[in-house]
Order: sequence, then structure tokens, then C-alpha cells
Amino acid sequence: MDLFEHQARELFEEHGILVPRAEVTDSPKQAREIARGLGGRVVVKAQVKTGGRGKAGGVKLAADPAAAELTARQILGMDIKGHTVGKVMLAQPVDIDSEFYVSYVLDRAVGRFLAIASAEGGMDIEEVAATRPDAVARIHIDPAEGVTSAKAAEIAGAAGLPPQTVDVLVRLWDVLIREDAVLVEVNPLVRTAQGQILALDGKVTLDDNARFRQARWGGQEAAHDDPLEAAAAAKGLNYVKLDGEVGIIGNGAGLVMSTLDVVAGCGARPANFLDIGGGASAQIMADGLSVILSDPAVKSVFVNVFGGITACDAVADGIVQALDAVQLSKPLVVRLDGNNAVRGRAILDDRAHPLVQQSTTMDGAARRAAQLAHAG
Amino acid sequence: MAIYLTKESKVLVQGMTGGEGMKHTRRMLAAGTDVVGGVNPRKAGHSVDFDDRAVPVFGSVREGIEATGADVSVVFVPPAFAKAAVVEAADAGIGLAVVITEGIPVHDSVAFTTYARAKGTRIVGPNCPGLITPGQSNAGIIPADITKPGRIGLVSKSGTLTYQLMYELRDIGFSTCVGIGGDPVVGTTHIDCLAAFQDDPDTELIVLIGEIGGDAEERAAAYVRDHVTKPVIGYIAGFTAPEGKTMGHAGAIVSGSSGTAQAKKEALEAAGVQVGGTPTETARLVLARLEAERDVTHS
Repeated sequence: MDLFEHQARELFEEHGILVPRAEVTDSPKQAREIARGLGGRVVVKAQVKTGGRGKAGGVKLAADPAAAELTARQILGMDIKGHTVGKVMLAQPVDIDSEFYVSYVLDRAVGRFLAIASAEGGMDIEEVAATRPDAVARIHIDPAEGVTSAKAAEIAGAAGLPPQTVDVLVRLWDVLIREDAVLVEVNPLVRTAQGQILALDGKVTLDDNARFRQARWGGQEAAHDDPLEAAAAAKGLNYVKLDGEVGIIGNGAGLVMSTLDVVAGCGARPANFLDIGGGASAQIMADGLSVILSDPAVKSVFVNVFGGITACDAVADGIVQALDAVQLSKPLVVRLDGNNAVRGRAILDDRAHPLVQQSTTMDGAARRAAQLAHAG
Repeated sequence: MAIYLTKESKVLVQGMTGGEGMKHTRRMLAAGTDVVGGVNPRKAGHSVDFDDRAVPVFGSVREGIEATGADVSVVFVPPAFAKAAVVEAADAGIGLAVVITEGIPVHDSVAFTTYARAKGTRIVGPNCPGLITPGQSNAGIIPADITKPGRIGLVSKSGTLTYQLMYELRDIGFSTCVGIGGDPVVGTTHIDCLAAFQDDPDTELIVLIGEIGGDAEERAAAYVRDHVTKPVIGYIAGFTAPEGKTMGHAGAIVSGSSGTAQAKKEALEAAGVQVGGTPTETARLVLARLEAERDVTHS
């Protein structure tokens, strides 16, 4: 789960990292009050979980409280790369002497976290890395040791950061570990004209797998912008909404991803990703079908199940029960393969639902589902 | 010979007495796996009856190894306890720990894979179906009865795509199939398996299955180009996955322009790996390639 900038700022502050004075709001009127409290002149920043806010006009300086209200009114509701701005953060401007970049990211290739630091902050770090690789220090962190003062000094030294950043690097590692984050990025980390080191903007991604041990974020449902995704999440389904017309249900993440690709290869567009896992019980099949059928864009549904541990006859029983529980309104193509496939197919044949068709191969079933979507 | 797992492997199950542990221990035994014990400190000294076999429960992995000579552990314990279980197995000197558990925090996986590597313990997983050497041994949850022993080696991030290919190629059969798992950090990589299959005299051809996220497939492609002389057939899932969305597996996410299926496919093809458009087409490529290789051998 990605955090908003204001949430990241709050975390940094709790871990003893200096941040600008700031407050967040969804109301222009309140923005005026906040600006007054912060001394009048403020930076108004759109709170969206995407980069490139500045270029999109989502970050603006306001000279006084009246301007802050006006600016907040402009930015609230703005669309930035498909994200609607629901809140703005108002922050006290900072007198910047120099800007740096620091982050801890997971290096999947090595299976360790990597410290990335550069004295060229405030810019797109990937661009800096591409054009001036020498300006970016990359140092792996031993998970057993973490970032000690000595390690932080090594990182700062390699990147050419001032010695005062060592303490921030240690505290940022603390954020990463204690909050179970998989990404902590500060860009820019600045030195003010007064010599303070301040985190001016931050990005934090938390590990969804760690919810069980994180009191603060753990209970919070993952945010779903899409109502179908929210409905599916409420039923415990592993569902992602896509922009197509063929609804997809399958077992196993890899097989479902593959199913989307095969449908796309047949000239149709998948409407969703839905992995119902190995068991594929009647209840989960019914829940999955009801979410997919409630998507008005869906014209046909493709159920693609490989019977491994759960044999196909048990899966077919589940589908039959689901058909009794859900009012099927769109054609359904089922492909059952693997253990007991013949028995499973016979069970569906016996049910003889007028809207259900079977195909014995994944590619054939995808073609059929695509045809039905075009016909519908 | 196969890789990592043979009929000689003696397998402990950490978390055997739980629901999933019981179910899959029964299945592993039925597949011929020499399951020599379970581990649960609260049930040490008891044994569990699986049909015609009583499997003893030990208080620790170390006790299990001392009593049975076990060299493989299959881990079914819940996410909160998985790190401790793997560290215990590594400390006890187990050679291979297969971590089935899904949902382990990344910091724990980073910690235990690093720790195990230093101890000389190979980790397969986490969040994986395990590995199977058909006809010999099955360590994990892969269905054993959908294929037979043969000469194809398979390495995959995805469980169900592994099963799909095992089933499509059941008439040829497999030396070993390794499900390395779909998490961002895994103990055994495509490259590890490619190297092992290259050295395995029982493996004639290698199937490599990947999916979106990270650059493991790109690195595997470079490894194939430089080190693998056996034919490799590939398959990649996730061409239609949108940017920034996690597709089921924790590691299956396209971030910005990195981790796309297209980039992986291109890297593999540039390394001389044929990549199938669908699982079925991939199986057909395998058959055609095996046939071509045999024609060469016989001419």
C-alpha cells in the first residue's frame, strides 16, 4: 500500500526526522485558516499517489491565506494521471540551500534492500542515474546489521551528502523496518539556508503482507478507487478491474494472468483479473460470478480452471451450486482440465444450463468467450 | 538423477499437524515421498497416522534430523512464524527448506533467505507450490498424479501454470519441476534451476515460466545465452496486466516501465529461447523441439 505524502511526512516526524510544518485538508475555506496558522505564505500540494504532480500543476506557492484558499480550490478535484485530488497539504515554505536524494528500495535481484543516495536531489532519480551514474551511490544493506551510523556514513560519503544526513539515514531505516515498508524515499532531502536537514517530500510503500503485525495500518482496508474492486475485496476476492468485456475467473495467479493474455490474443479485452485460488468452492465461485456479472461492461464470462489438488468434479459441483445461487445473465464459457476433467465436464453437461458452454481447451474456450463478447 | 529432490530425500514437515500440513503430508506420502517426521514442539513424542504409516512428531528440526537423517524440510507454518521456522531449519543444518507459506512480510523473507544462504541451506519459495521429481519425491503441494517421470526440467514462478504444463506434457514427463514462488524475494531463482538442469544428465530440455514483475526473467535470459547449451522453451504471463496493480502474486507488478511481460519475452528471444504465446502453444514448442533434437541425434 502506497501512503500519501502527508502520511509519509507524519511517519518521518514520528521517527525524529525534521519535516516542514504542514497540515492537510479537503476544504478550501479551511486551507485559508491553515495558511494563516502557518504564517500566511504556503506551498499547496495535491495529495495523490503518483509522481509528476508539479508538472501537472498540483503544487503551487500561495502568497497569503486568500491565495491559499483560491489555490486549494483549483487543485482539489483536479485529475492528475487518473488520480482525483481529494486532499491538499499546506506546508510552510523552506529556504533551500541544497537538495539531495535518499531512498531504501528492495533489490529483488539480490534479495536485499538497497540504499540509493545522490547529492543531486529534486530531480527524477532514474534520469540522474541514466545520465550521470557516478552521481548516484548504491549500497546494499545486510538485513542482520541494518543501517548503523557507520553504514549511514558510508552511504553519505559515497553520495557526497553532508555529514548531518547520517542521522536522517539511520532514522529512515528505522521507518523502513518498524513500519514494515518496502520503499522509503525522500526527494528532495534538503539543507536549509539555516543548515537544517529537512525531508521536503516523501514516498512510503507499506508491505501488505505485514498487516497482521502493524497496529496502525493493519486494520485499515486497502483503498480501492473502483467500486467493483471494493465489493470484491469485501468478499475476500483477489480481483483487479480492467477495461474490457470478457469477465475472467480462474484458479492461480499465473493461470489467470495467462488467461487474460489468451483472451486478448483472441481479439477481445479482459474485464478483470480474478483468482479464486486452489479450492474453488461453490461459495467463492458464486461470489466471484456475482461481482463479475455486476460489471455492466461484461458481455461474456470465461471460467478457466485447472484441476490439480482440487479435482475437476469438485470444481464442477461448485459451479453448479453457484449457478443455482446466482442469476446468470450473460453467457458463460467453462474450461475444465486436469484431474477428473471428464467427470467434471459431465456434471456441467447434466446441469444443461442454457447460458453455459464448455470447451476442453484453454485456447478454444478463450476464442469462444471472445466471440460471445463481440456478439453480445 | 533430477535436481534438488530424489527418492533418497528424507523429508521433515514443519507445521505437519496443522490443516494444510496434514492434507499435504498425506498427499506427499501417497506420491512416494519419504516423509520421516513432523515438527511441533507442543506435540513432540506423538506420532500421526497417515493411512498405513505412522509419522513421528519431533520437538525441533534438530531432533528430527538427529533421529532420521532428514535433509529436506517443507514449511507450512503461518506467516507470523515462518521466519523463525526457516532460521531453525537452517541452524539445524537442513540442506533444503521448501517454504510453501503465502503472505510472509518481505523483511522476513529478506532476513531468512540471507541467513539461510550463509548457513548453506537452499530455500525454495516462499509463496510457492514446492518441487516434485515425478516418480521419486514430492516436497510441497504440486499434484503428483497429473504427469509422469521424464526428461523435461521445469522452473516457474506460478503454481497453476506449472500444473498446466505438467499436464499438457504428461506423455513426455518431467525430471524435476520447481515452483520458485511469486514473491518479490525468493530463495531459489530461475538461474539457480537453469544451472542445476544444465548439469543434470536426466534433463534434456528446460521449460522456463515467468511472469510480470522484477527482472528475474531478463537475468535468466542472459544466463541462458552464456551458460546453457540445452534447449530452453519459455512462457511469460501478464502481457495484459495494467501498470501499478498487483496481480495475485505479491511480486507480480509492473512498476513504471519495468517488469513488463514484453521486455521479458524480448530478452528471452534475444537469448535464443523460443517463447510460446499460450501455455498450449508452449507445450507444442516443447514437443517440436524434442522431436527436432531426436532427429538430429538419429541422423
